[in-house]
Amino acid sequence: MPYLGGEETVRELRRALSNPNVQSDPLRYRNTILKVIRTMSQGVDVSGLFSEMVKACATVDVVQKKLVYVFLCSYATLNPELSLLVINTLRKDCQDPNPMVRSLALRNMTNLRLPSLVEYVEQPLTAGLRDRAACVRRVAVLGWAKLHNLHPSSEIDAAVVNELYSLLRDPDPVVMVNCLRALEEILKEEGGIAINKPITHHLLNRLKECDIWGQSEVLRVLQRYRPQSEDELFDILSLLDSFLVSPHPPVMAATLSLFLSISSNLPVISLAALERVSGPLLAACGSGSREMRFAAVCHIQLLLRSVPGLLGPHYKRFFCGYAEPAYIKERKMQVLVELVNDENVAMILDELKGYCTDVNTDTAQAAISAIGRIGRSYSDRCLQILTGLLGLKQDHITSAVVQTMRDLVWVCPQCSDTVCLALDGCEETLQDIQGRQALLWLLGVYGERISTAPYTLEVLIDRVRSEASLGIKMELLTATMRLFLCRPAETQDMLGRLLHYCIEEETDMCVRDQALLYYRLLHCGIEKTREVLQGRRSDPSLGVLIGRPAKPVSQWARCFNTLEPLSQGAVEAESDSRGSPEHVTYNSKPNADLSDTLSCSHIEEVHSGSDSAMRCSDSSTNVLASSIAAPLSLSLSPAVSPEDFEHLWLQRQALHTERGAEKIEEVDCAWIEECVRCPAVLHCSPQSLQAAMQLVNIQTLAFTPQQMLPWRVYLYTHTQRSHSMDAPNTTLILGELLCTGEANQKSGVKKGTADSEAGAEGKEDQLVRKEMDATADRLRVSEDGQEEEEGIKVILNQQPKDDDALRQFLTILITVLNTLSSEKD
Amino acid sequence: MISQVFILSSKGDHLIYKDFRGGAGNDIVSIFYEKVTALTGDQPPVVMNHKDIYFVHIRQGGLYWVATTTAGSSPFTITEFLNRLAALVKDYCGSLSEKSVQMNFALIYELLDEIVDYGYIQTTSSDVLKNFIQTEAVTSRPFSLFDLSNVGLFGAETQQSKVAPSSAATRPIQSSREQGGKSEIFVDVIERMTVVIGSNGLLMKADVEGEIRVKCYMPSCSEMRIGLNEEFSIGKSQLRGYGAAVRVDECSFHQAVRLDEFDSHRILRLCPSQGEQTVMQYQLSDDLPSALPFRLFPTIERDNGGRLLMYMKLRCDLPPKSAAINVCATIPVPKGSVSLSQELSSPDQSAELKPQSRAVVWKIARFAGGTQLSALFKLEVPSLSSASMLEVGPVGLSFELPKITATGLQIRFLRLSPIQPGPSQRWVRYVTHSDSYTIRI
Repeated sequence: MPYLGGEETVRELRRALSNPNVQSDPLRYRNTILKVIRTMSQGVDVSGLFSEMVKACATVDVVQKKLVYVFLCSYATLNPELSLLVINTLRKDCQDPNPMVRSLALRNMTNLRLPSLVEYVEQPLTAGLRDRAACVRRVAVLGWAKLHNLHPSSEIDAAVVNELYSLLRDPDPVVMVNCLRALEEILKEEGGIAINKPITHHLLNRLKECDIWGQSEVLRVLQRYRPQSEDELFDILSLLDSFLVSPHPPVMAATLSLFLSISSNLPVISLAALERVSGPLLAACGSGSREMRFAAVCHIQLLLRSVPGLLGPHYKRFFCGYAEPAYIKERKMQVLVELVNDENVAMILDELKGYCTDVNTDTAQAAISAIGRIGRSYSDRCLQILTGLLGLKQDHITSAVVQTMRDLVWVCPQCSDTVCLALDGCEETLQDIQGRQALLWLLGVYGERISTAPYTLEVLIDRVRSEASLGIKMELLTATMRLFLCRPAETQDMLGRLLHYCIEEETDMCVRDQALLYYRLLHCGIEKTREVLQGRRSDPSLGVLIGRPAKPVSQWARCFNTLEPLSQGAVEAESDSRGSPEHVTYNSKPNADLSDTLSCSHIEEVHSGSDSAMRCSDSSTNVLASSIAAPLSLSLSPAVSPEDFEHLWLQRQALHTERGAEKIEEVDCAWIEECVRCPAVLHCSPQSLQAAMQLVNIQTLAFTPQQMLPWRVYLYTHTQRSHSMDAPNTTLILGELLCTGEANQKSGVKKGTADSEAGAEGKEDQLVRKEMDATADRLRVSEDGQEEEEGIKVILNQQPKDDDALRQFLTILITVLNTLSSEKD
Repeated sequence: MISQVFILSSKGDHLIYKDFRGGAGNDIVSIFYEKVTALTGDQPPVVMNHKDIYFVHIRQGGLYWVATTTAGSSPFTITEFLNRLAALVKDYCGSLSEKSVQMNFALIYELLDEIVDYGYIQTTSSDVLKNFIQTEAVTSRPFSLFDLSNVGLFGAETQQSKVAPSSAATRPIQSSREQGGKSEIFVDVIERMTVVIGSNGLLMKADVEGEIRVKCYMPSCSEMRIGLNEEFSIGKSQLRGYGAAVRVDECSFHQAVRLDEFDSHRILRLCPSQGEQTVMQYQLSDDLPSALPFRLFPTIERDNGGRLLMYMKLRCDLPPKSAAINVCATIPVPKGSVSLSQELSSPDQSAELKPQSRAVVWKIARFAGGTQLSALFKLEVPSLSSASMLEVGPVGLSFELPKITATGLQIRFLRLSPIQPGPSQRWVRYVTHSDSYTIRI
C-alpha cells in the first residue's frame, strides 16, 4: 500500500536518530527506533536509515538490540558493505556471558543473508554447536542450514554434518528436531537425512519429550522409513497408537500419514487406522477455530473416498451452523451427500432443504446440487423438493434447480416425467447463462412432452441477434434440431430462420460450423438425422449404480496432511465426477440397440470390446452352468429396467406379506429367504461383484457402496429349464442381498489410559495374526476383526413358481458369493 | 515450514510483516490482500495460492493472520500455529484487536523471533517464552471504548462484588510481575451448543462442545487441583451413582494434566503455566441433561393487503434465577421485503430489517429464565406469493448463558498448593455460548 509522505517521515527519523540528545537518553532513543520499525512494517522504505541504525546496534539494552536487528535483517541485502560494520558487534555479542544475548547475536548473524559474510559467521556457529546453553545450540544448528542455503552449490563440510548427526542425541528435544530440519535441508540433494533403523528408533523413543510441533516434524521425516520386518512394523505402529488419537490435530494427522506410508502394502492396517482416527477428526470438525474445522472436513472427504460408510452414524455432525462461512458449508454438504443411507435420507434432505434459501447464493446453489446428487438414489423425494423450489421464482435458485434436473435426468431417465411437468414457466425467471443452457437442453431432449417448448424456443430465436453467449447459441441450435425431429410442423420455420442466421450472419466460427454441420446432416435425410441426434445415450440398466466405488487408500495417501485437499482445485475435481453412466460403468452385456444407434467411433470401440468379452463369458457360463446344474440355464433377456424391477419388487413384496398374513397359497409366485454366511462379500467392490454375477448371467441393478450398512444389492435373472422340451419353461427371479450389521459405537476417554492402550495393542496383535495366518483361517479371523456376526440375507422372488429352478439358482448364487469371499483378501 | 508471517487489518493495513526464509517479493502482502478482496463476500477460503506460494490464513480479532508456505505443508500444523500465535499475542498484549497489535508491534516481533526460526516452529509454550521476552506490553487506557468491546462474558453481572469484572482476564500476563499486580487464576468452563429444532418442535440434533480453560496470572504456582462433579461420567455405559449424572461422550485432556485422582475422585491435577491453556475438552451429542434454553412458537400468515405477518413467541426455559444475555434471533424473510413494522412486548428489545442479509434481526439484551417474550412483525413484501413462505426461516439464535453449563459440569473446588504467600484470587466462571442454534419453521 503506498504510504503518503514517506520521504518526509524518513528525513524526520534520520534527524532524530542522529540527534546526540536523543542518543544520550536511552528511552528516547528506543522510542525513535520503535518509530522506525513501525514505519517499516507499514510498508515504507526506510532503508536509507541503515547507517544510523547500525550505530544504534551497539548498546546494552537488549530490547533496543532486538529492535535494531529486526531492521537490519530486513535491509541487509540492500546494503552489503554497511552490514560489515555490524558483524563486529555481533561477534562480540557471541562471547557474551548471557546465553540469551549469545543466541540473539547468532540468530541475527545468520539472518542477515549476506553471502559475503559467511567467513565471519562460520567460527561462531561452530562454537555455538558446543555451547552450554540449549537455546544457543538450537540457533546454531539451524544457522548451518541457513548458511548452506546461501551457497547451495558449495561443498558441505563433512565434519559439520557429522556433528549435526551426533547432535541428534542432544538432551534438548528442540535441538534434536532442529538437527533433523537442518540435515534435511543440507542433504537435500542426497534425498535428505539418512533414516536408518537406529535413528528411527532413537527418534521414536524420544517422541514423547517433544512438543506437538517437534512431534509432527519427526513423524513427517519418518515417513521415509521402511521397517525391515513385520515385527518391527507392528512395534512401531503400537508405539504410535496413542499419537493417532491425539487431541492435537497436527500430531494426529502426521501420525496417520506415517501409518499410511509405512503400511502402504497392508490395506487392512490402513483401514483400521482410518477408523481409529475418525474420532479425533470428528472432534476437529467441531473445533472452535473455523479454519481448523475446514481443514478437518476436507480431510474427512479424503477418508470417505476409501471408506464410504465410515462416518454414517455421525452425519449430524456435518449439519451446517448458520453462522459458518460458505466455504465450510459447501464442504459439509459434499460430505452429507456421501453419508446418505436409507435411515438418514429424510433428515439430511430436510436439512439441505433449509439451506436452499440461504441468503448466500453460492450456499443455496451448492445445497440444490447436493439434493440433485442424492436424487440419483432417492429421486422421488428430491424431485419433490426441487419442484417446490421452482415456486420461489428467484433466478439463482431456478437456475440451479434446472441445471440439477438436467444432470439428474441424464443419470435417471425415469425422472423425466416429473421434470417435464416442473419446467413450465421457468424461462421467465432464468437469467444466467448456465441456467438457460440447461433449460434449452431439457427442451431439446424432452420437447415432445413439453407443450410450450416451440414457443419458448421461438422467443429465443427471435432474439438470437442480441444474444452474447456462445454457449447459448450452440445449445439453441441443438435444441431446435432435436425439437424439429419430434415436432416438425411447429418448428420447421424457426429452424430455417435460425440456420440461416447462424450460417449467413453469425461471426463466430464454432456456431457457424455447427450450423453447417446440422444443415448438411439434414440433407442426408430425416432418418439419419434422427439416428445421430436422438440415439440412445446409454444402457438404462446401468444407470442406477449407487455411489462411487471405494478407492484404494494409496490414491490419496500422498496428499493427506498437505494443502492440496484444502485448495479450491479439489472442489472442482470433486464436482467433475458427476458423469453420465457411460463414464461410470464399464463394458457390459451386448446390447443389440447399441450398435445401430451409436455412430460415434469411440463408443464403437467400447462396444466391440464388450462383444468379445461377452463371447468368453458366454462360454464360461455354459461351463459353470453345466457343472452345477445341467438342466438349468440363466439368461438376461428380456432385460428388466430398474423402473420395472422396482415396480415388480414392491408389488410382490406386498403380495408376499399379504399372503403370509392370510395363509393363502398362490400358485405362480414363490418367495424365499435364506441366510448365507460370507461376510467378505461386503468388502467387494460393486464392480467385481457385478462382473462375477454377470459371468453366470445374473444382472445386478443397484448397490449400496461397500462397507455401508445396511448393505444391499438388487439383482434379477431369467431361468430356463432346458430338459422340458415342450413349453419354454422360463421364470423370472428377482433377488435382494441384505446385510444389516450394527456399527459398533466408540466412546470413552481419548487420552491413553492404561486399559484402552492395552485394548488397542490387543487389536493390533489381532491384525498381526490376521496377516500371518494361513488363508484357510482368513474367514474366521476377519469375522473376529469385525467383532460381529455377519450373515447375508438372500431374499428371492420367482414368477412363475418353479421350486427346483429356484433351488438351483440359489446354489449358483451361493457358489458365486463364496468364490468371491475366498478371492477377497 | 513457514516462509513469511504477516498480520493485516481488515482494511488491508500492514501491521506486522516478518520474512523468515527470504526470497519473497516485496509485494507478497499486497498480492494476498488483492486475492482476499477479489473474492465475493467476506468469506475467502482458508488456503489460496499464487504460483508456488501458498497463503494459509485465519481470522481472529478482526485481523488476517497469514502464513505463506509450500504446497506440501500440513494445514493442521499451520492453522494450529496461527491460532496459537494469536492466543500468545492475546496473552501478551491483553486483548486482540487492531489497536493492541499496532501498539505492541515490537513485542510481537520479539515473540515471532523466538517462536519461529528459519521458518521452523521452535516453541509456543508461554513458560519457555517468558524467559526470552523483554518488551513490556502497552495497554490502552482503562476506560476507552476499546475496553467496552470486551464486555460480554459477564457483562450483565459486573455490579455484584463476588464476580470478577469482565475485563479482569483481558490483561497482559507479564504486567503482574512488574506492576505487582494481583496474582489471580481464572478457571472458565466454556460450552458451545449446536442445536437444530425441527418445525414440529422436536429436537433434531443437539451437540455440546465444552472446554475448561485456565488462565493463570500467578508468577509461581506449583500445583493446582480442580475437582469436577463426583458423578461426572464419560461414555454411555459408565454411570456413577443414582442421581442426575453429568455425562459426556468423549473427553480429552491437556498433556500436562495428571489423572491419577481422576478415576476415583474426579480431580484434575496440573501445574498451570502462565497465560491461557485448555485443560480439558469434551463433547456430548444428542442427549442433553437439561431442557433446551429456548423454544420458539411462530405463526406466519399473509394478510389481505399482501403483507406478511410473523407472530413470534420466544420462551426461555432456563431456571428462574438465571438469565440469557445478548440474545439475538435472525429470521430470514422473503427476498424483496421492503419495510418492517413491529410490535414488541417489552421496551428492552429491538428489531430491524437487514435488507442485504435478507433477515429480521430481533435483539434482546437480557432474557430472564422462565419468562416469555413475543413480537409481531409486519413485513411489506411487494411480490408476495405462497411460495415466498418457504423463504421464511430457519431462525438462527445466538446468545450467551452466564453461570450455566449445558452439560451440568461444575467445579467443586479449586485448590492451589503450596498456599500462595500473597493475596491471591481464584475465579471460576461458567458460560454457554450458542455455536449454532437453529429453529426450523
